[in-house]
Amino acid sequence: MPVSRDDVLAWITAIANVLAENKNYLTELDAAIGDADHGANMDRGFKAVMNKMPEIQDKDIGTIFKTVGMTLLSTVGGAGGPLYGTLFLQAGMKTAGKMELSSEDWAEALEAALNGVIMRGKAEVGDKTMVDALTPALAAYKKAISEGQAFHLAMEQCAEAARKGMESTIPLVARKGRASYLGERSAGHQDPGATSSYLILNAAAQAWKNSH
Amino acid sequence: MKKLINKPEDVVREELEGIAYAHGDLVKVHYDPNFIVRADAPIQGKVAVISGGGSGHEPMHGGFVGMGMLDAACPGAVFTSPTPDQMLEATKAVNGGAGVLHIVKNYTGDIMNFEMAADLARAEGIEVEAVVTDDDVAVKDSLYTAGRRGVGVTVLAEKLCGAAAEQRRSLQEVAEVCRKAKNWGRSMGMALTSCTVPHVGKPTFDLPEDQMEIGIGIHGEPGRTRMPLKSADEIVEMLMEPIISDLPYKAGDEVLLFVNGMGGTPLIELYIVYRKAYEIATKHGIKVVRNLVGSYITSLEMAGTSITMLKMDDDMIKLWDAPVKTPALRWGV
Repeated sequence: MPVSRDDVLAWITAIANVLAENKNYLTELDAAIGDADHGANMDRGFKAVMNKMPEIQDKDIGTIFKTVGMTLLSTVGGAGGPLYGTLFLQAGMKTAGKMELSSEDWAEALEAALNGVIMRGKAEVGDKTMVDALTPALAAYKKAISEGQAFHLAMEQCAEAARKGMESTIPLVARKGRASYLGERSAGHQDPGATSSYLILNAAAQAWKNSH
Repeated sequence: MKKLINKPEDVVREELEGIAYAHGDLVKVHYDPNFIVRADAPIQGKVAVISGGGSGHEPMHGGFVGMGMLDAACPGAVFTSPTPDQMLEATKAVNGGAGVLHIVKNYTGDIMNFEMAADLARAEGIEVEAVVTDDDVAVKDSLYTAGRRGVGVTVLAEKLCGAAAEQRRSLQEVAEVCRKAKNWGRSMGMALTSCTVPHVGKPTFDLPEDQMEIGIGIHGEPGRTRMPLKSADEIVEMLMEPIISDLPYKAGDEVLLFVNGMGGTPLIELYIVYRKAYEIATKHGIKVVRNLVGSYITSLEMAGTSITMLKMDDDMIKLWDAPVKTPALRWGV
């Protein structure tokens, strides 16, 4: 099994670190087309998650993901709170009771997480949102696994597809969220939500690069 | 950044503590999760009216909690919608058994957080209705955007719904008042300056001394167009024309005309705006039967104004005139 509970905890910690490092970067992206709070909100949320770590580190992976989701829901606010909260809650439902994940378990969790975000935010690929990073990331991961590639290589491709998806938002005109109020003026800027989604998946690829 | 604050992360908490000290006779403040309820909540048999949103728009919403207006307000972080646990706890705290109306401004985050809170409250057996305000004509409304922002009409809807609830109207009837306000109200705003979110520390956008933004929202987000600064009269014309032609408001309509300050504009300028807005309305044959002039839905220290017109019928006029006793709006008592 490629992903142990400790790997999951290492990923969550890596997310908290990478979001703290990129707090100002995400906020600057948001200031250009939104309301300049995405970096601070995500950093606040994952700092709260880190405070919960002592009470969840001996639990199953489903409980860990659900606790992350509920914590984000009650601390992030904005659109990011319900979207990332839903993402982790859905992943938690798919992994309930599990102490480790196979590459197929992870595919199912990621798929449920993406579907949860789509259901909550009602966005499609091309709307200049998180979905633009998450959708190709899931597809790339599933393709690599179905080709029989090693887990860590599949995760590398997952993160790489998320990065390309994130960059694909630059020329787009936003059709969802606060950036959509700008109309054509939203084009030419990278979407902050797609960026945080890439950072989170890339943190998984980094944290799990020795997993097989 | 030059602000009267202690630490950016303490802004909302310390503001709430100040409100609790200043208005303890009218409201009670609850912390973690943060919400403000009227001091005598819950009122048995009365529909409760709740709103919420990011902080930085004061006096909206906390300043409108009290007799004749809101039963509770949920403040989020600055310019960030509150979280579902706040709205759920506020809903439970004010539920008097007649149902709870959520007045939600049309922002992606507010909608999703309020939806989740309403689902959770219904799961606990509380009847919840939600009405979304979306009156900003600066935003092109189409299937391909998040829709128009909720701005000035929200303040007016909160007053009208609060009065309707005081008359012990049913949840459906109070929600109907809100929908009428939403359907009959239109707004547009402009900015002379940007504003600085405390935890960001610098202005959200750069606006040169000789430029202005037309079509701004209430979160320091840039507007639809930037242009050289013009006279007050010319600016008011640029705001009034899209408002009037959108509904459209017609000769003979009776309206409430609301001239709002964005936080950094003095009342002397707001009356100059009101003067021209009133003349334009009158020239179109529109009868201004009620008005509100002042800074009620703000964007921190942003200088600028927004104009809201709300078509009124006799019932709405009576609801507007009904007594209200809140920190920011008070008459008839």
